[in-house]
Amino acid sequence: MQGEEILAIGRSLLLTEARVEGEAFFTTSGERTPHAVVEGAPAPPSQLRLAILDVFEGTRAWDLWGLLGWHDIRQRYHRSTLGPFWLTISMGAMVGGIGLLYAGFFHQKVADYLPSMALGFIVWGLLAGLVNDNCSAFIGAESIIKQVQLPLSVHVYRVVWRNLIIFGHNILIFIVVAIIFKIWPGWSGLLALPALFLICVNGVWVGILLGLVSARFRDVPQIVASVMQIAFFLTPIIWKPTGLAGHHLILGLNPFLYFLDLLRAPLLGQVPALSYWFVALAVTLCGWALALVMYRLYRRRIAYWL
Amino acid sequence: MARIRLDRVSVQFPIYNANTRSLKKSLMHRTTAGRIGRDAGDRVCIEALNDVTLTFGHGDRVGLVGANGAGKTTLLRVLAGIYEPTAGTIHREGRVAPLFDIALGIDPEATGYDNILIRGAFLGLRRQEARARMDEIAAFTELGDYLAMPVRTYSSGMLLRLAFAVSTSVEPEIALMDEWIGVGDAAFVEKAERRLAELVGRAGILVLASHDPALLERTCTKGVLLQHGKISAVGAIGDVLREYDAYRSAA
Repeated sequence: MQGEEILAIGRSLLLTEARVEGEAFFTTSGERTPHAVVEGAPAPPSQLRLAILDVFEGTRAWDLWGLLGWHDIRQRYHRSTLGPFWLTISMGAMVGGIGLLYAGFFHQKVADYLPSMALGFIVWGLLAGLVNDNCSAFIGAESIIKQVQLPLSVHVYRVVWRNLIIFGHNILIFIVVAIIFKIWPGWSGLLALPALFLICVNGVWVGILLGLVSARFRDVPQIVASVMQIAFFLTPIIWKPTGLAGHHLILGLNPFLYFLDLLRAPLLGQVPALSYWFVALAVTLCGWALALVMYRLYRRRIAYWL
Repeated sequence: MARIRLDRVSVQFPIYNANTRSLKKSLMHRTTAGRIGRDAGDRVCIEALNDVTLTFGHGDRVGLVGANGAGKTTLLRVLAGIYEPTAGTIHREGRVAPLFDIALGIDPEATGYDNILIRGAFLGLRRQEARARMDEIAAFTELGDYLAMPVRTYSSGMLLRLAFAVSTSVEPEIALMDEWIGVGDAAFVEKAERRLAELVGRAGILVLASHDPALLERTCTKGVLLQHGKISAVGAIGDVLREYDAYRSAA
């Protein structure tokens, strides 16, 4: 598929063609163009179809958001010697420090505590990054949105891709940790791939929903940031759920727990419970349904809100 | 074949942070030409375009004239598909290249070559395509070795050359331009106008908003005069410019 054709195809799908007879002509406002020329043209496509089309077309513009996502990272570390590996180093320093200190705190062996905590931190970085960053998916792309017509989902894919790149740098720490503590996930490690994919799929609906709401109500990014901070402490990352007496309600209702464990457990050589997959899939479906409803209603207004 | 048709298009902007009377008053006392009203929810809103019906066909070179805030930029953005009209319909055939802001997709820290790739990507060029056209684009900019330097070292005229070269290299069927950016030197302006003429010659549409009557008369055949978001005159560019002059001297 040629890059330039993508937008052209989208446009031909989006805009019904109206055939106008004869030479191009001008009409002044008020003087309505005869209705006859529009007759026979197909009815304007439904907003739901346009919303779905936008999401679909956005995936096909991977060349653009792939470039932009990389560029975001490169720009952030421009002219620094280590570049994006500063991500790795700062995450590594934090994980190392907290791992040694808190293992003593919780009276646990470092070998038991640190790998799972380190991986928890790295995966949380991905989850929180997707949620927080996506609040500015559209706000941050204001200058682009007001200049060129692109599927708006492109800006969400850019954020998701950027966070995936950051995750790619951070996961190196876990590889080091796994070597030090001699962890080999075995075949169950492969389950991490569908989990990562599912997290990205969720990142897209979160981006559409939060990006849209944040564009209209500028307080939302602040609220989301606060919520995510609390969510971090409610999610078993630096503590283990075994420390909790019985099944705590807050634990079960925390959607982040399921996605975190689906990605973390396989890499530690464990197989996550099947029920976790069901919960995560249910969240995915409900989230997408909600995001599409909102996108159908307000996609057209996003450019006006910026 | 490029074609654009607007049918009774209106665009209203809700202004969410202008709900105080004093701010509304201060807005109304400004010398801009937009209309400020209230929408159904009693929110302050700006009627940027009001009941605009226009048809542009292939080979049309259209000059948009009007005072600041008359709706020229909004109309261009509607034509580009950025604002979907709050009322009315738009039908468009043909690939659009907007040249509203020379800074689109320009990263000052990246080199000229990198910026060609990024800006090209925004306009729908795949990486391979952009690389294939790199020599042609580089030649048009006449920037030579500067293209390997970070763009922050460029003058505004050099940036214009780069931006213009990329925007027109995608061979658009519809070119939309907001204000001829007057920082290019005479040689480049001449070259750019030639390139635009070629573009329009390939059965495209050019819509150019400008305050420069000489440029409009040179470049355009048709004119549209906007006032308060409404079309107040349409026709040959000379006539429309005369009408605009008459309106201004009367005001």
